[in-house]
Amino acid sequence: MGTRPSTFLISVLCLGIAFLYLPMAALVGYSFNASALASVWGGFSTQWYVALLHNRQVLSAAGLSLEIAVLASTGALVLGTLAATALVRFRKFRGRLLLTGMVNAPLVMPEIITGITQLLLFVSMLQLIGWPARGVTTVVLAHIAFCTAYVTVTVQSRLQSADRSLEEAAMDLGATPFRAFMDVTLPIIAPALVSSWLLSFTLSLDDLVISSFVSGPRSSTLPMVIYSKVKLGVSPDINALATLIIAIVGSCVLVAGYLVRRGERQRLADAQLAAG
Amino acid sequence: MERTGGQRPSLGAFVARYGRWLIILPPLAFLAVFFLIPFGFALKISFAEAALRIPPFTEVWTVTPDHHLHFAPSLANYKYLLTDEVYAVSYFYSIRTAFFSTLICLLIGYPMAYAMARSSKATQGILMLVIILPFWTSFLLRVYALEGIIRDNGLLNTALLWLGVIDHPLKIMRTTFAVYLGIVYSYLPFMVLPLYATLEKLDLTLLEAASDLGSRPWRAFVDVTLPLSMPGVIAGSMLVFIPAVGEYVIPALLGGPDNLMIGRVLWDEFFANHDWPVAAAVSIAFLVLLAGPIALHQHYRVGQMEH
Repeated sequence: MGTRPSTFLISVLCLGIAFLYLPMAALVGYSFNASALASVWGGFSTQWYVALLHNRQVLSAAGLSLEIAVLASTGALVLGTLAATALVRFRKFRGRLLLTGMVNAPLVMPEIITGITQLLLFVSMLQLIGWPARGVTTVVLAHIAFCTAYVTVTVQSRLQSADRSLEEAAMDLGATPFRAFMDVTLPIIAPALVSSWLLSFTLSLDDLVISSFVSGPRSSTLPMVIYSKVKLGVSPDINALATLIIAIVGSCVLVAGYLVRRGERQRLADAQLAAG
Repeated sequence: MERTGGQRPSLGAFVARYGRWLIILPPLAFLAVFFLIPFGFALKISFAEAALRIPPFTEVWTVTPDHHLHFAPSLANYKYLLTDEVYAVSYFYSIRTAFFSTLICLLIGYPMAYAMARSSKATQGILMLVIILPFWTSFLLRVYALEGIIRDNGLLNTALLWLGVIDHPLKIMRTTFAVYLGIVYSYLPFMVLPLYATLEKLDLTLLEAASDLGSRPWRAFVDVTLPLSMPGVIAGSMLVFIPAVGEYVIPALLGGPDNLMIGRVLWDEFFANHDWPVAAAVSIAFLVLLAGPIALHQHYRVGQMEH
């Protein structure tokens, strides 16, 4: 759309963005506040970051959450890519509607319902077949389930826009479907794979509700520790932790965005080269 | 590369015939076991009764000594849901809270998405990133950040007191208003993005045609733009409404004791009362209640994906 937006629209947009960012900016500011009181500025200090480094509970929970996030996002990447390939490439198969429903439902299902039902499943499974005990395994399995949905949706839209004829050309030249997929299609969807892995990683790292239900007694994840601290009241070291998390996630997103854009430009350049 | 043709015909034929199932089956089976089947277990356990054992509920299916399968469902949990008014009150309260939050999101999100769609292509890319970025940062931390603003001694009150606008702190925390604010703050990107996606694709020539035919801008908006952007309005509203109904963290952190949303009741039933069968029954009843909105969302998504 070409015509310039009106002043009213621009001001709503700016206010909306300010509304989204102001609380987080304030949080980052508080993390450097020497005073533990939120309403007083006691000067610049990094003491809360130092305190964080000595907080064993937070550090071990952070380690556990990172481990879970890496496992869950990698598992979800594999399953989600398979699901996206199936949905885009095979027009008709038994269970297509079921698969479509199951990759879309987790996107809107309230987490609390997913959490409770999955816990009831794990408890019943443990009773019936003796596996899985509640702990890292159950959290990873639960996270894979909802992350797969996000991966499928992201990869699917990329696959749909990918040019099928390139893969067909490769197969005409004698490549097996598998080789054609690996050599031709995979590089095209690579940016979507990177960004959906990162998205799954942050979603897993962030999950509180589902983890609270399915985790075991000695597997408190980082959000669970943060939640219990926040629930008790203000703790300035959480401000420092939040700032670190925002910085890490923010840079991940910027890198992913950069990769996607570069891939896009490369593809356009290649297409022009091929056409010219 | 040509070896697959001749050397291993049996494998090649097998892959050609069943290969697609190697792709379809893993995600299908995983999601069936870990997403779909759990609802079956929840349904089963909702007919059990709480018991002091591990797991803390009675068996619905039992095998009698003479090897007959005995099925003894108990409707007690559902009866309990109907008699104890806390459930009806919290269902109603959750729906009302989610409805008004969605409405506020729509009123703020629509102009934002519209402004985005009308910006230059380069600005659009940056704005997209700006709107998506909060979605990537921790939900819990964002709610906590908002608490830092609206607390009694938070940034807002400190600023207003300093400016002399008020002489005692505004009470925002632990009110219904704080819950609305929290939901709008957390879910606004979910509203803006689908709206932007629809508005961006809109054919501007239609609007020009409307104005050529003498339509005022406002009328052109109501008659042309708004109806054409309905898919985005529905998608965005469902993306906000459905998770907002089941929200737990926001009412627990920002709301007061009377902000009884169903997510909170469910959480307490589970962790404080340890009554799993009642919690299962509440989830099933909740799901039945959400079936309409979820079906609407699925219908829209599936239609879009099959395009």
